[in-house]
Amino acid sequence: MPPFPEAAKSATENSQMRHNLRLATDTIRGKRESAVSELDDWSDLRQAGKAVKDRTLRHLDTYLEQLEESVTAAGGTVHWAADAAEANEIVTGLVQATGESDVVKVKSMATQEIELNEALAQAGITAYETDLAELIVQLSDDLPSHILVPAIHRNRAEIREIFRDRMASWGVPAPEELSDDPRALAEAARVHLRERFLDTKVAISGANFAVADSGSMVVLESEGNGRMCLTLPQTLISVVGIEKIVPTWSDLEVFLQLLPRSSTGERMNPYTSTWTGVTPGDGPQEFHVVLLDNGRTDVLADTVGRQALRCIRCSACLNTCPVYERTGGHAYGSVYPGPIGAILTPQLRGTASETEASLPYASSLCGACYDVCPVAIDIPEVLVHLREEVVSQPGHRAEKAAMGVAGWVMGGERRLDTAQRAASAARSFMPRRMPGPASAWTDTRDIPDIPAESFRSWWRREGAEQAPDPGGGEHGPDAQEGGRR
Amino acid sequence: MSGSRERVLARVRAALTDVPRDETPQDVDVPRGYAPDHDQGEAVGLLVDRLEDYQALVHRTTPADLAGELARALARRGAYRVAAPADAPGEWFAHTERDVVRDTGLGVADLDGMDGVVTGCAAAIAETGTIVLDAGRAQGRRALTLIPDYHLCVVRADQVVAGVPQALPRLDPRRPLTWISGPSATSDIELDRVEGVHGPRTLEVLIVE
Repeated sequence: MPPFPEAAKSATENSQMRHNLRLATDTIRGKRESAVSELDDWSDLRQAGKAVKDRTLRHLDTYLEQLEESVTAAGGTVHWAADAAEANEIVTGLVQATGESDVVKVKSMATQEIELNEALAQAGITAYETDLAELIVQLSDDLPSHILVPAIHRNRAEIREIFRDRMASWGVPAPEELSDDPRALAEAARVHLRERFLDTKVAISGANFAVADSGSMVVLESEGNGRMCLTLPQTLISVVGIEKIVPTWSDLEVFLQLLPRSSTGERMNPYTSTWTGVTPGDGPQEFHVVLLDNGRTDVLADTVGRQALRCIRCSACLNTCPVYERTGGHAYGSVYPGPIGAILTPQLRGTASETEASLPYASSLCGACYDVCPVAIDIPEVLVHLREEVVSQPGHRAEKAAMGVAGWVMGGERRLDTAQRAASAARSFMPRRMPGPASAWTDTRDIPDIPAESFRSWWRREGAEQAPDPGGGEHGPDAQEGGRR
Repeated sequence: MSGSRERVLARVRAALTDVPRDETPQDVDVPRGYAPDHDQGEAVGLLVDRLEDYQALVHRTTPADLAGELARALARRGAYRVAAPADAPGEWFAHTERDVVRDTGLGVADLDGMDGVVTGCAAAIAETGTIVLDAGRAQGRRALTLIPDYHLCVVRADQVVAGVPQALPRLDPRRPLTWISGPSATSDIELDRVEGVHGPRTLEVLIVE
C-alpha cells in the first residue's frame, strides 16, 4: 500500500466516493447525536466503559486464563494464536477436520486483519461473507473502507450494478429487473444467501465481547445473518482478539448501551446473540474460540498507546473525522481506517515502513474523535506520541526544519502578510515539489495551491463595504457537493 | 489445547511490567455512577413506543383477550401454518383455527415452510425496545424464531424492565440468548435503516397486562 498522503491524494480526487461518504457520515452523525443525547448519564457510562476496559487490560493475563477455563467448562475449545499465520493455520485445520469446503462468515474485523479468507482459499475452502456490506465488498473484489459499513463508499446505484454483474458467479443470481431501492437490494441479498445459510455446516465469526467469568461470546448485528451463522451450522469457530474480554456478565450493561448508540445511532441494534460453549439440541454442537495476539501485546506494552486496545469498534471516530470524510477508508492502507486506525495500525505493525509511519500524520488533531469515543480513547494524545516515535527515526529531520520555518513565518503578523504577498506574486513559478532537503517534506504531501490573493488582502479591499453573508448565497449548504437525493 | 498459549501469556505479562505486582483487578476503580434506567416514562407504554419506532406491530391486551388477539393477528397475517415451542401454553391457541405445529424437532426445511412462529420471551427492555429470548419456557430453540419470516411474540407486563442494567441480572448467561429489537434490518446502504433482511421481516408483539 502507498503511504497515506499518496493514497489520500488519489482518493480525494474520486468525487463519487467523496459524495457517497459525505451523505453517509452526515446521516450517521445526526443519528448518533440524538441517540446519545437521550441518556443523561452518557458521560458516566463512558467513564465506566473506559474503566472496565482498563481493568481488563491491566490484568489481561488473569482474564485470559479465566476465559479459557469458563469456555472449556461450557464445552468449547480454546486455541491461542500468536500471529496471523498461526490463527489461519488453526482455523484452516479446524475446517478441514469437518470435511467441509464451504464456510459462512459473520462480519469480523479480526478475520479481515489476518486475511483469513485468502488463507482458506489457499486450502481450497471458500468463505462466503454474509453481512450485506461485506457481501458487496466480496462480490466486487473490493476492500472494506469502514469498520461498521465496509461498503460505505458505494451508493445504491453502484451496489445494484455489483449485484447484477457478480451475484451469479457466487451463487443465486440477482433478479432481472433489480432496482436500486435499498429494499430491493436487501431482498436480493436475502434470496442470494438463503440456501447457503440453511445448508452450510461450518461458520466463522468474531465476537464483540468475550465475558471472562461466564465464558460467553457476544455478537451484535442487524440483519440476522449473524444469527443464521451462529445458530444453524454444526461447527462454529470464533476468532477473537485478546483485548475483546470484559471481566463479568454484568459489565455488559455498560457496553450494550454504549456500542449501539455510538455505532449505528440506534437505541439497540436489531439482534444481539450471546452463547456460552455449546447447548445440547440448540445451535452448533462444536465450538472453538481462537484467541488472537497478532501485535496486540506490542500495543499493550506501550503505556500511552495501550488505550487503543479499549476500542470496541463502534466507528464513531470515523464518522466524525474531517480527514476520513474526505479521503475515505482505503487511504489508510489497513482494515482499521480513520482515527482509530491511525493509532492502531502503526502500533500493531510497527512504524518501520512508510505507510505505517505516515498514519500518525493522517489527522489535524482536531479532537472530535476523542469527544465521540464511547471508551474515551484520547486519540490525539496517542497520535502525538506516535509522531514522536516516527520523528525519532532517521529520515524525518527535514520535516522538523520545515515546521520550524512555518512557525517563524506565522508567528508574526507582518512576516505572514509579507510572505503571503510574495507567494501570490510568485505563484506561477511555484514547483509542486520543494528542492533540496525540503524535498523530504513534499515527497509525502503536495504544496497547496497558492491563492491569487490572500484573505488578508481581500478583506482590506472588500471587507469595509460588504461583509460576506455566511448563511446564504453560494456559501449555503446547497452549494456543497449536492444535496440528498 | 493448541497453539501458542504460553507464548501469548508470557508476552502479555512482559507488556504489563508497569502494573505493580500486588495490584489486583479490583484495585482498578470502575465508577458505576450510571443509572439503572433513565426515567423516560411508564415501562409498557415506552416499550410500545420503541417497538413501533422499529416498525414492529404492537398490541396491548389482557389475559382474557390474549387468545382472541392472537387469533386475529394470525388471521390478519394470513398465516395458515405456524410453529410454536412444545411448551407454549395451550390456551394461547384456544381461539385460532390455524394449524399450530409444535416443535418436537422440526427440520430446517420444515421451519422454512412455516408461515410464522409464536413464542413467549424471557424479558423485555422498555427504553431500547428490546425483547430477550433465552430458549426457556414457551420460547423454544434459537432456530425456531429465526427461520420463519413472521414472529409473533407474547410479552407479559411483569417481564418488562425499564433499562438495560435491570435486564442482565434476570438473564442466565449459560443459556443461549437472543436480544431482538425490531424486525431484521440493515443500514449498509447509505446508512439508511431498511427493515427486513435475513431474520424475520415482520415482528408482531402482544403485550399482556
